[in-house]
Amino acid sequence: MEGIISQLFNGISLGSILLLIALGLAITFGLMNVINMAHGELIMIGAYATYVVQSLFIDYLPESMFNWYFILAVPAAFLTAALIGWLLEWTVIRHLYGRPLDSLLATFGAGLILQQAARSIFGAPNVGVQSPALLSGAVEIFSISFPKSRIFIILLVTACVLFMFYYFYKTSNGRRIRAVMQNRDMASSVGISTRQVDSTTFALGAGFAGIAGMALTLIGPIGPTLGTAYIIDAFMVVVVGGVGMLLGTVIAALGIGVFNTGFEYFTNASMGRVLLFAVIILFLQWRPNGLFNLSTRKLD
Amino acid sequence: MLYSPKKAVLVFGMTALLTAAGCSSQDEAAVEDGTASGEASTSAEGGSSEEEAVEVDSDQIPVGILHSLSGTMAMSESSVRDSELLAIEEINEAGGVLGKELVPVIEDGASDWPTFAERASKLLQQDDVPVIFGGWTSASRKAMLPVVENNNGLLFYPVQYEGMESSPNIFYAGAAPNQQITPAIEWLMENKGDDIFLLGSDYVFPRIANQAVISQVDDAGGTIVNEQYTPLGHTDYNTIISRIKEEEPDVIFNTLNGDSNVAFFKQLYDAGITSEDIPVLSVSVAEEEIQGIGADVLEGHYASWNYYQSTDTPENEEFVESFKEEYGESRVTGDPIEAGYFMVHLWAKAVEEAGTTDVDAVREAAGGVTFDAPGGPVEINGDNQHVSKTVRIGEVQEDGQFEEVWNSGDPVVPDPYLENYDWASGLSDVLTDE
Repeated sequence: MEGIISQLFNGISLGSILLLIALGLAITFGLMNVINMAHGELIMIGAYATYVVQSLFIDYLPESMFNWYFILAVPAAFLTAALIGWLLEWTVIRHLYGRPLDSLLATFGAGLILQQAARSIFGAPNVGVQSPALLSGAVEIFSISFPKSRIFIILLVTACVLFMFYYFYKTSNGRRIRAVMQNRDMASSVGISTRQVDSTTFALGAGFAGIAGMALTLIGPIGPTLGTAYIIDAFMVVVVGGVGMLLGTVIAALGIGVFNTGFEYFTNASMGRVLLFAVIILFLQWRPNGLFNLSTRKLD
Repeated sequence: MLYSPKKAVLVFGMTALLTAAGCSSQDEAAVEDGTASGEASTSAEGGSSEEEAVEVDSDQIPVGILHSLSGTMAMSESSVRDSELLAIEEINEAGGVLGKELVPVIEDGASDWPTFAERASKLLQQDDVPVIFGGWTSASRKAMLPVVENNNGLLFYPVQYEGMESSPNIFYAGAAPNQQITPAIEWLMENKGDDIFLLGSDYVFPRIANQAVISQVDDAGGTIVNEQYTPLGHTDYNTIISRIKEEEPDVIFNTLNGDSNVAFFKQLYDAGITSEDIPVLSVSVAEEEIQGIGADVLEGHYASWNYYQSTDTPENEEFVESFKEEYGESRVTGDPIEAGYFMVHLWAKAVEEAGTTDVDAVREAAGGVTFDAPGGPVEINGDNQHVSKTVRIGEVQEDGQFEEVWNSGDPVVPDPYLENYDWASGLSDVLTDE
């Protein structure tokens, strides 16, 4: 029983991490149809932003304040990644809408540039981010221990998802974004500046990648190539969930998380991965458009 | 209606805020890392020498340096490049080799094994270098092996590895298994317990190394409670940690490589397993990796190497000082960095001995060449072209440095095929028969 509960928690925890790294991509790839290979590097930027915030706290503030650095790191990671994403959209991607293959190559190149930039600024070795004492260690509930960092990530991703649903479905900005993504010509003919919507949407997606980077500092390495470890998983979640569907992304992430840890538990890490991809291939045969499918009247 | 002036102001304000935030964080970054500019300039030098065919005067000798300066391995290999350049500089300041100045020709293996092979043949054929210092992963070494053999070149390789190899064209400056893994397992079983959990990355080094470990542990009457491999770059260790909790081993023997170590140790710590509960002994975690993992998470765990930054020798004091002076106060040294440094000196001494840079003559003269390395005296073994060196087991301290808890006293003679161990008989036949 204990085993099952802790294994279920592991699955949900992995799912929450997958969801966090895929949220930004669900916007840039899912909604905007940009095959954004630089998504991993935007995650990396969020992680380095967290590192910088932490270093500032160590250098300039008393030690007692240190535990609170991660509160400030969330907006810092979001804003830095959003800014870089906005620049990326403005310089490269806006010229490539509707040309998925070109944008794939261009964003891949941009990703390499960002990696090398990080290497020149911060050096090639990994940097260390110390988890705040509040988030290290585990909570014991009925003799099963749950790592606090994992619980924090689950809460963080819940907050992000709720915010995204609110933003996309309850605010006028969100409505505008959905209008442009569903029918660009119609939206622009009723007076929406599609150019502006594109750039803010992309920056928003990049910002969420930044938050993912911030959370990943709690559990993984922080180095220039951090993004490459997560990019495939991020695309996998968005594709399985159904391109363009937020709810699909959420369910797909949790499903993949639980299946992955389950397979890994019964076989081993390498084999678990193989089985997971086998299941996903079969699943996409059955539902080529993913879990949920947005039906539109678009002709393309 | 859609774009009221109020909103435009808001958007403008946010953009300004974003810009400010971005700028300031980048300024901080530049100030913070003093090494950045130094690193950039050295790699720029490498870049320029890469484009033009290297022209050397008659009083100069070109030497090849081939490490991954980009891609996933760059984080480890660029530091080895740095220490090799430091050694070359020292040799030049002392008058060079055979009265000639050494000119480093730096190539980027880009963490890609075919690139290593291609760059190695460029160095040997086009630049005509008498020696290449390079490589890190076993895969990169195996990619360069046929190239140096076919061109009769010379490769000095700085990293500990799984053994079971001895090419006439390669000198192995890192530890053979009997200089790192075998003594580590002996020490663990003596001091920490007999139930051992093996965890490694899923590729050639951990799998071969663990086969030897299994026969050694069986022979000594211990138990392997579990053996787990994760793909390179794996980042979620929760399931593995659940297994560790179920099996309750006395120790974990860790052959994970690269970034996975960060994820594993952070998650192990968060799961509430401390070094007192289950100590982990790693063979791929050195000072530089500790900086990336965080010393708080690693405190009390162990590593087995031939050298630590804290190793107490006069040579090391000098080495650490000049390394920091050259590359910045925040930099640390470590075992492969030290091996990169002393293997350049070993080659230079072998060349002096031979009186020429000719590969066959140098190989002939190399056996028995000694050097007082930062980690203690080292000597090239003429038979298997490995290096005798002292084995040290260290415990991670709060400040990210190791404290030595055991050493072998005298340098250990290299035995890459584990021929002197009864339990390993038959093992080398199975493993080298690829």
